[in-house]
Amino acid sequence: MAECPTCGANITIPEGTETNQIITCPDCGSELEVTGPDAVKPAPQEEEDWGE
Amino acid sequence: MTEKIRVSIVGASGYVGGELLRLLLQHPNAEVNQVTSERFAAKPVTVIHPNLRTQTDLKFCSVNDLEKVDLMFIALPHAKLMNDFDKFSKLAERIIDLSADFRLKNPEDYKEWYDVEHPRAELLNDFVYGIVELHREEMKKANYISSAGCNATATILPLYPLFKNNLVDLSKPVIAEAKCGSSEGGNKFSEASHHPERSGCVRSYKPSGHRHTAEMIQELGNQINFSATSIEMVRGILLTAHVFLKQGLTELDVWKAYRKEYGDEPFIRIVKERTGIYRYPEPKILSGSNFCDIGFALDEKTGRLVVIGAIDNLMKGAAGQAVHAMNVMLGFDEKMGLEFMGLHPI
Repeated sequence: MAECPTCGANITIPEGTETNQIITCPDCGSELEVTGPDAVKPAPQEEEDWGE
Repeated sequence: MTEKIRVSIVGASGYVGGELLRLLLQHPNAEVNQVTSERFAAKPVTVIHPNLRTQTDLKFCSVNDLEKVDLMFIALPHAKLMNDFDKFSKLAERIIDLSADFRLKNPEDYKEWYDVEHPRAELLNDFVYGIVELHREEMKKANYISSAGCNATATILPLYPLFKNNLVDLSKPVIAEAKCGSSEGGNKFSEASHHPERSGCVRSYKPSGHRHTAEMIQELGNQINFSATSIEMVRGILLTAHVFLKQGLTELDVWKAYRKEYGDEPFIRIVKERTGIYRYPEPKILSGSNFCDIGFALDEKTGRLVVIGAIDNLMKGAAGQAVHAMNVMLGFDEKMGLEFMGLHPI
């Protein structure tokens, strides 16, 4: 069981998921990169600047 | 309860009354018995609510012709029900009121905010305040419910988990600003609603002293500094609130509070996405739905949490909320009659 770094939800990493694979947090929808058997980190995203 | 319950809508020619009728005509466990309007008595309801054409043969009747029913929705202007309560309570064991007449618990608040001496103050505690997410268990035992104000709903729901879970630095002010659609003003026209005056406006119509503030303070237990701005939109409210979090708290703590309070709620969605067009709540895509979308962003430099909420004022802010309350009161599936998901694009 991993914890979503964005919202703290418990995430079950599906069996067979490989390191560096991208999964989605079922609670907040964040894309997460699998870094280990029970570990994830936020997946890199291209940010939009909306005129900033 | 599986038999259809018989309901009537008192004051059904307004926008909220029309929305109630739309929802109740589709409700699998409800049968609409009568709908009243003094102005349009004997006229088909579809003259005023054309979206209901072919869906009903109902005609408006006068309040004086009301029959006994199981539950009555009262959508009359403020200060009507408080003066005529006995007339309606004789006709229905259960009442859901959509005016402000029984929202506040302290009779003194009616003098302060509505400039009226409440004639039935002894009944104020018999009414459960109408936001299901805050008062579900009380509603299950209640005969009377008082639906919350639309701006109050849009403010209370996003802020409630933060106060409930003690995340807010109470030494600093809480500021809330609502951008409101024109249907909040009802279907009576005025000079201010005349098209050349209203079209394209961004009008600060109640910068301070909005009456719904009384409900916000009552339900959140804290001073709320609320302002309302009328914008170019027919339905919808976008609420932006600013609170300061206690030192050391992070967005993760905020997520946990929302999940704890609203994780199982059928009509609340946390909307906070890093990409896409609709990254935060937006009322446009909620039109006709009963959702309250809530988002937030923390300014880590200052500890200011910006909280964003969106609803359809006629649905989650009025008729949808009232039907949700009816479902809870009568033990129906909470989503019954309220499944519409909204439209995109719109």
